[in-house]
Amino acid sequence: MHVPDGFLDAPTSIATGLVAAAGVGIALRKARAELDDRTAPMAGLVAAFVFAGQMMNFPVGAGTSGHLLGGALAAVLVGPWTGALCLSVVLMVQALFMADGGLTALGTNITLMGLVGVFVGYAAFRLALLVLPRNVSSVPVAGAIGALVSVPAAAAVFTALFAAGGTADVPLGTVLTAMLGWHTVIGAGEAAVTGLVIGAVVASRPDLVYGARGLAAAKAPLVLPDAEPVRGGLA
Amino acid sequence: MTSPRISKRAFLLVGLLTALLIAGVGSYYASGHPDGLEYVAERTGFIDSAQDGAAADSPFADYGTKGVEDPRVGGGIAGVVGVLATLLLAGGLFMLLRRKPDPAALSETK
Repeated sequence: MHVPDGFLDAPTSIATGLVAAAGVGIALRKARAELDDRTAPMAGLVAAFVFAGQMMNFPVGAGTSGHLLGGALAAVLVGPWTGALCLSVVLMVQALFMADGGLTALGTNITLMGLVGVFVGYAAFRLALLVLPRNVSSVPVAGAIGALVSVPAAAAVFTALFAAGGTADVPLGTVLTAMLGWHTVIGAGEAAVTGLVIGAVVASRPDLVYGARGLAAAKAPLVLPDAEPVRGGLA
Repeated sequence: MTSPRISKRAFLLVGLLTALLIAGVGSYYASGHPDGLEYVAERTGFIDSAQDGAAADSPFADYGTKGVEDPRVGGGIAGVVGVLATLLLAGGLFMLLRRKPDPAALSETK
């Protein structure tokens, strides 16, 4: 999904750059409420994990591949504002050091994956939680649903940007159909990875999962969100 | 007291190790096919509008390592560098942003 330099014209890239800057600016303020001594190291780890996950392309048929975008994953694990910052740092490292995604397209990529992917994914996660049983075992399922929706949503927004400022003259209907089709399949992979990773974290440290706050444990009715294992405290 | 099964330190270490293994070793086995956007750009005919960015001559451009011929080693180094750079930048940012514990509560625990 990383947009290279040149796909979008300068005015569109400047506009997405402004959107990204505004979004990151708000996230820098709002993320404070999500971050404390316990969650800040976890959030750093989530960013590092998303970087790794984005390297792991999986084949989706017909000579195409997809990889984890990680927006819904980060939002569920550490909160949407912190999640948007995680994705923004990942995209910055990729653009600056790995030449993955253009530098003039950095605003576009932060808008698509760091804002649309994170917030659409998180909104779908919250909606799914409304209809699922109110306990932590619903969190991986709802996270997978958020992930599934987030990828075609980002693909649709890319197509809208391409319609506004694409430099090549190709039929938009074809681009939209192809983008949505392939990214729905990639979204299924995103859902599987997201569900598995959230499931693993919920199984080991449910107290560290932002999206599980306020939910009852699957079996025991009592959750102590501040519970800290003794070993961690003494080490 | 049902929640935590492992200490936070162990959890973070296992998580970081997993990320390093995926980026440093697993990524060699990742699919080399173009991703969804690249494929659609090729098929619908706008791939040629892509330009090499200013970072194209970075030592880790395209997840390789300049001067390392073996793609398994070069890609692994780039992956590990990327994971650690992301961890340092994001972790540092989040440590700066985090709400500091109440000094009164802190002295109580001592």
